[in-house]
Amino acid sequence: MTSAIELSNVSKIYRRYSARRFATLKSALLGRSLMRELQPDETFMALKDVSFRVPKGSAFGVIGRNGSGKSTALKVVAGITKPTTGAVRVDGRVSALIELGAGFHPEISGRENVFINGIMLGLSKREIERRFDDIVDFAELRDFIDAPVKTYSSGMYMRLGFAVAINVNPDVLLVDEVLAVGDEAFTHKCLDKFRDFRRRGKTILLVTHMLSLVERLCDEAVWLDGGEKRADGDSKRVVDAYLTAVDQSEERSLAATAGHLLSSPVPAANMFQATEGRWGSGDVEIVRVTLLAHDGQPSFVFQTGEAMSIRLSIRAARPTSDFVFGIGLFNADGVCCFGTNTELEHMQPEQLSGDAEVTFGIEALDLVEGTYKLDVAVHKQDGAPYDYHRLLYTLRVASRSPGVGIFRPRHHWAFSSNVRFR
Amino acid sequence: MFSNLGSLFRYRGLIQSLVARELKARYRGSLLGFVWSFVNPLLLLSIYSFVFTTIMRNNDPGTAPFVLFLFCGLLPWTWFSASLIEATSSLIAGGNLIKKVLFPAEVLPIVSVLANMVHFVLGLVILAAFMIVFRHYPPVGVLPWFPIVVAVQLVFTLGLAFALSALTVHFRDVRDLLANVLTLWFFATPIIYPYFMPSVSRFLTLFRLNPFYHLAVSYQEILFFGQFGHARSLLLLAALSVAVFLAGYWLFDRLRDSFAEAV
Repeated sequence: MTSAIELSNVSKIYRRYSARRFATLKSALLGRSLMRELQPDETFMALKDVSFRVPKGSAFGVIGRNGSGKSTALKVVAGITKPTTGAVRVDGRVSALIELGAGFHPEISGRENVFINGIMLGLSKREIERRFDDIVDFAELRDFIDAPVKTYSSGMYMRLGFAVAINVNPDVLLVDEVLAVGDEAFTHKCLDKFRDFRRRGKTILLVTHMLSLVERLCDEAVWLDGGEKRADGDSKRVVDAYLTAVDQSEERSLAATAGHLLSSPVPAANMFQATEGRWGSGDVEIVRVTLLAHDGQPSFVFQTGEAMSIRLSIRAARPTSDFVFGIGLFNADGVCCFGTNTELEHMQPEQLSGDAEVTFGIEALDLVEGTYKLDVAVHKQDGAPYDYHRLLYTLRVASRSPGVGIFRPRHHWAFSSNVRFR
Repeated sequence: MFSNLGSLFRYRGLIQSLVARELKARYRGSLLGFVWSFVNPLLLLSIYSFVFTTIMRNNDPGTAPFVLFLFCGLLPWTWFSASLIEATSSLIAGGNLIKKVLFPAEVLPIVSVLANMVHFVLGLVILAAFMIVFRHYPPVGVLPWFPIVVAVQLVFTLGLAFALSALTVHFRDVRDLLANVLTLWFFATPIIYPYFMPSVSRFLTLFRLNPFYHLAVSYQEILFFGQFGHARSLLLLAALSVAVFLAGYWLFDRLRDSFAEAV
């Protein structure tokens, strides 16, 4: 398959312009290599040796955290900035949706702006005339097209900009996070337009944080991190790899807080207040709490629907027959999602001594995405606590499927044959 | 550089519509609208002629009617100075285009120069009206020189506009500097005084170093005095203008890649 876009070993170094402007101008005139030697510490590498190719007729996603070089990559492809080293090849007419309506002049009417914007994007006057109605209808601005653009709302402004850019009918469309504007209906219209584009064998390069969109729309994707390519290939695989890495770094930060809280027990507090803390007589102690993923590995991030378990390491200072183990799971708003203890579940305590282990296994963590906090406790049957850990453990539930609320039951939809979706 | 220069021709449609937009947008929302293009030079001219014919009496019979003489030099100067002032800020004002759209940056200073050239041409209509009022016409024989002078000025102005607009991206100081340099330049050019004044002749070598001296003298000779004896200097200036144009464009092209980052 031929490629529509090809980046080979592209690096982009941004210079920071500071007080030493004379040096900058002089060296800008003399050449790049000299300049780099002159100001080694005033540079910022936005892209480091990035290579990827986008096959013709495909939709290609660029994902990564903020500041990972996504937009720079797009600008390099668009030709707005030149790579410092490396080569970029783009096949066909390019239209970049980087900032919608960037060329609009506020004083003149939408109609005139459509023409000028179209010409800026490479259309001829006649081509614009032919597409004018499509553009206006797409932007839903029929009634306002002769009003000066300065009277438009920001949504109208964006819609018109999008409508012009998409009707340029490029061979390669570059999209930078522009779907965040506009209402739901308009976003859907844009997505339809993208799909229509692909059907006609055009290429789309999409920079976005909407990972689900990348999965749905794109065939392939590249993941940039700190200006470097971390992975590319099948979009689902790349998104998975990216999410795993995000989970891992989240996990690291959660692990750091968990360790911190455990090492410094907070003094006793009213147990009915939803504040963190630890209290109790200490006759029976919860020494350590470990959260385990379905594979038995300690973790802090779990997928919705996955099995997980909570393991308590217990130490009893002296043997006792009066004990109850309990756990409670709270969401970020402090709402108790679930709580139970051994007494509620009719387990009669008989004997506890020395070092012990208690595991609370959850077969399927059917919670919506979010951050949750955990209570664990061991207390007497009359409620007097031995060791109560209040909201000391944080876990994160990650979900690839949307949904709101707390509980995410296993579910499916069924439709009779006269209900259809695209 | 030359391939870039060649692609300028491709952008003519864009340049054309941007000039039209510039002119349209300028007077949008004003009561007189496009009439301002005529009223502006008229007002400017009445101020100058009031000062130089009523307050500072000018008795040189060679420059009568003085209003007309003044107009012949003032009109091209206004084009020149307004073009440079606008071109200087054009890249910064159009920063959004350079950063966010694949846009040929050189179009912006060109548009500034051409939009002001349109005003210049409209001013010529008023000049013609004045000639009729004063019954003071140039002979048809010298008029073919007129478009040549305009072309030389256009090329010269474009060259300066390229250089200044590109430099301003990195040195905002250029804007302030330019305003003062233009004031000095105006008074150093025989526009409000005739070039054959004794005090001018004394420093003639110095005056001849001023490119706009040759332009002003050419305009005045062609339009006012009706006999053109400055052709050799004008052709020299034409060569210089081409050099200025190429140098200006070279500088612009050299700094082009930095625009998207520095604007």
